[in-house]
Amino acid sequence: MMNNVRYHTRKVRNVVALSLSLFATLTGLFILTIILATLFINGFDAIKPSIFTEMTPPPGEAGGLLNAIYGSIMLTLVGIVTGTPLGIMAGTYLAEYGRSERIAQIVRFINDILLSAPSIAVGIFIYEIMVAPMGHFSAWAGGMALAVIVVPVVVRTTEDMLNLVPNTLRESASALGTPKWRVISSVCYRAARNGMITGVLLALARISGETAPLLFTALNNQFFSTNMNAPMANLPVVIYQMALSPYDDWQELAWGGALIITIGILALNIVARYLASLGGERR
Amino acid sequence: MSTATDIPPQLIARRSGSGATGDKVFGFLARAAGLGVLLILGGVIVSLTLGAMPAIKAFGLDFFATEAWNPVTEKFGGLAPIFGTLVTSAIAMIVAVPVSFGIAIFLTELCPGWLKRPLGIAIELLAGIPSIIYGIWGLFSFAPFLQIYVQPFLIDTIGNVPIIGALFQGPPYGIGILTAGLILSIMILPFITSVMRDVFETVPAMLRESAYGVGATTWEVVWKVVLPFCSTGVVGGVMLGLGRALGETMAVTFVIGNAHHISASILAPGTTISATIANEFTEAIGDLYTASLIELGLFLFVITFVVLAIARLMLVRLEKKAGG
Repeated sequence: MMNNVRYHTRKVRNVVALSLSLFATLTGLFILTIILATLFINGFDAIKPSIFTEMTPPPGEAGGLLNAIYGSIMLTLVGIVTGTPLGIMAGTYLAEYGRSERIAQIVRFINDILLSAPSIAVGIFIYEIMVAPMGHFSAWAGGMALAVIVVPVVVRTTEDMLNLVPNTLRESASALGTPKWRVISSVCYRAARNGMITGVLLALARISGETAPLLFTALNNQFFSTNMNAPMANLPVVIYQMALSPYDDWQELAWGGALIITIGILALNIVARYLASLGGERR
Repeated sequence: MSTATDIPPQLIARRSGSGATGDKVFGFLARAAGLGVLLILGGVIVSLTLGAMPAIKAFGLDFFATEAWNPVTEKFGGLAPIFGTLVTSAIAMIVAVPVSFGIAIFLTELCPGWLKRPLGIAIELLAGIPSIIYGIWGLFSFAPFLQIYVQPFLIDTIGNVPIIGALFQGPPYGIGILTAGLILSIMILPFITSVMRDVFETVPAMLRESAYGVGATTWEVVWKVVLPFCSTGVVGGVMLGLGRALGETMAVTFVIGNAHHISASILAPGTTISATIANEFTEAIGDLYTASLIELGLFLFVITFVVLAIARLMLVRLEKKAGG
């Protein structure tokens, strides 16, 4: 009798706990759906051909986002081109040179922290070392701020991917008399290529939505500008300013910009995932 | 038959020569890049400290104890944004930790195999959405929803309870501390969930199976076997989420209301460190104003650094345990 009661409470407790767990999962999925649905419904209304052909309008007028889209592409390009080589070399150091070095452990630890460090602090950092000395906001500064965010992401994935390369591969290359740098660049990099590209794509996805570090580095520009030494419009900051404005036209453009960014990021994520799965199958 | 000795000596010399130089250059570059990571950290700390110097000199420790934020009289105190950062992060953790725990249990213990991958991908996509999207959704969609349906209800019910009622009083603005905390919880949910899921999977199958073998229920396996085994990893995941929540900028800036004011009610508008900086930095006039904002940024960077460092140490400890 006693045992029966106990068995019963255990069973009930189990069912309650697991139902709550299921409920939590459904809630999470529900919220994801709601956010994406809201974004798509509001964003699609704003996406017209003019969004890609016209400049950001003066307050309260209709227009497009051409200059912001161009600016975002330029800034992320600068960020990726600067950050990727540094990240790949640092990741190479961790995986190939510093496996047993104490300093490498410190670098790894710090890198993992930088991975989630507040991006607004990165913005202030670049402001202090570039914007303040130069005396003006510039697209270069914005690109550099993004590069600082790219580095830890690329370091992490490069190291992880190089660690997956079997040591026998390195040893057989070395046994042929190949110098270490050739082993790394022609054997290890080739074996880890898909994973490393995935890392760069994920970094690209990460910075294309970053807003905080651009607020006081690249700033914004109402006009089309190709001058990297001057403030440059970019999607995140434009979305931020337009969404908080009281004008309907601007808010609609903000939704359109948000949808463009999200679609871009989702596409990057899917390509990255596809590449990573290719690497997995071959191994 | 040619042997190794048939290779012309000058060729051998050239090869090993280029190899040695190449090795030196490549090794140097790799090492320099590794140190570059440390340099970034050092650069951030040094430049923020130098930038904050005027404010540190002018206000000293009072900066952390005063609520005043007056650009006209140049009196600055960081208490309101610091308070806002801590409270919004606390709300985010209270909501996000149990929910992520539930989702992680579902993913590791309940989920049928075919659903695991799509669900895992959905979580990672949620993590990839930039914070500005959460911000714009929070401002136009979530805040009005809270204002019309949730906050009046809270004010009418919990608002009348003695003591804790003070937390839920005042007009329903929609935007405010509570809204910011809830948006943050949605944002950090995928981070905590994916760490918890990974951590749960480090538990050796044998441990789990022996518990099931002696007749434990799924819940008992999770609560009494899985969780104790990887408690450090779970704490690590939670701290990682906390680090994100503390430093998050855009999502909060949209919905916090930006009021330099500490109020008892979590329905009232407030501000956080990152929101204050995002809002005021480019408009700050005068050295002291800018320096005060940078000091806030430095403080934010230091506390998130500490929280994230603890998170990493916890996760490394679990890794060692699971590996050894």
